[in-house]
Amino acid sequence: MIDTATASAFFTSGISQVIGALLFILLAPLVGGIITGLDRKITARMQGRVGPPVLQPFYDIKKLFEKEKMVVTTAENFWVFAYLVFIVISGMLLFANSDLLLVIFALTLAHVFLILGAYSTGSPYAHVGAERELIALMSVEPMIIVAAVGLYMVTGSFETYGIIVSSTAPILLIPCLFIGMVYILTVKLGKSPFDIATSHHAHQELVKGLTTEFSGSTLGMIEIAHLYELVFLLGFLFLFFGLAAPLIGIVVIAAVYLLEIFIDNAASRAKWQFVFKGCWAITLVLGFLNLFALYFVR
Amino acid sequence: MSGLTKSPWIIHYDASSCNGCDIEVLACLTPLYDVERFGILNTGNPKHADIFVVTGSVNEQNRQVIKNIYDQMPKPNVVIGVGICACSGGVFKECYNVAGGVGQVIPVDVYVPGCSVRPEQIIDGVVKALGILEEKRAAFAAESKKGTDTGANADAKKDGGN
Ligand code: SF4
Repeated sequence: MIDTATASAFFTSGISQVIGALLFILLAPLVGGIITGLDRKITARMQGRVGPPVLQPFYDIKKLFEKEKMVVTTAENFWVFAYLVFIVISGMLLFANSDLLLVIFALTLAHVFLILGAYSTGSPYAHVGAERELIALMSVEPMIIVAAVGLYMVTGSFETYGIIVSSTAPILLIPCLFIGMVYILTVKLGKSPFDIATSHHAHQELVKGLTTEFSGSTLGMIEIAHLYELVFLLGFLFLFFGLAAPLIGIVVIAAVYLLEIFIDNAASRAKWQFVFKGCWAITLVLGFLNLFALYFVR
Repeated sequence: MSGLTKSPWIIHYDASSCNGCDIEVLACLTPLYDVERFGILNTGNPKHADIFVVTGSVNEQNRQVIKNIYDQMPKPNVVIGVGICACSGGVFKECYNVAGGVGQVIPVDVYVPGCSVRPEQIIDGVVKALGILEEKRAAFAAESKKGTDTGANADAKKDGGN
């Protein structure tokens, strides 16, 4: 479809990195907000409701910045701000041809900041949420790293542009890794049944878990970070298709997201033990099977 | 229009309600009434909420709880008393342990009478509350702006003095 030679010439030039990073900073909140809005609309339709307007996530964020600043400890503002900054940085690195492992470390670091923020408030509910977020982080980490290794084995590059310009779509050789990534995407997006750290439906047990003590603009920053992270995650999935099959990639990713919404509506929240064991089992079985198979194929 | 009126999040507290009104509050979330159309979410967390919906009357057990929840809500916020119990104590008014409506403890902006209240009435009450919320937001924005202004002036004066 796209001429690979010109594409790689473009992607190896430095200017493309700047463009990629800038586009991510500017467009990711917009794209993420619209996807989230559609998500809420589709969720409502699945439940037989009309649902909020598509722009609702933007109204919510605007609202949060209009509210009084009410902090338990000033440290929380710093941690949450660091979370937002590092989510943006990890996305920038992904979209600016950086090393995939560096991208993953930056993402993990961002979540560690959020967890520290929740711990700093001292609320028991925030503590439970922070612990569960740590568990979620540990659950998904191996799969992401295995996926990066798989992408490297197929394309011979850890750098994102090196991956997307490969002539065959990596998903043809590592389909199981893609399925594994889709599985942990539920954890990363905080959707049922894996919404253990914070959830709209867990008032009775968690209040609001991780974000219980954050209000006003602090919560607004978290919401913005979620929008960035959503685009980041979908961008990561796109690496499995690259420029060899961009349209198919977009269609498959849209289908995957619809599936996530469906699962979100159909499932109830799981216990953290199940989340942890499930993710690691999937990583071990799918991940390593696929890597072994790859070893023999090549 | 401000973001606040487009995204009012609610916390619902059941003071000594008979549960009749609570069922009706929950009915607002069902597909038939679907208040999420207006961006209304039921959060269980006072720190995220803009509207405090109280059902039932005040007694010694929950007086402190109501006040506590109210104090934890960031400004600007509004309070809606839902059900005749929350307005005045209703059928329980004469009870030895009932102090009366929610207005006894915290300032209430909108009263929605009825026993039990119909979901349409609750939604009406919330829409009314949104108008008040918008007024409060404007006042809050003006005040915080003034606050920073005078703060800066005071600093400037102090600097000048030095
Ligand atoms: S107003 Fe009626 S229905 Fe509502 S809590 Fe009181 S007694 Fe129950």
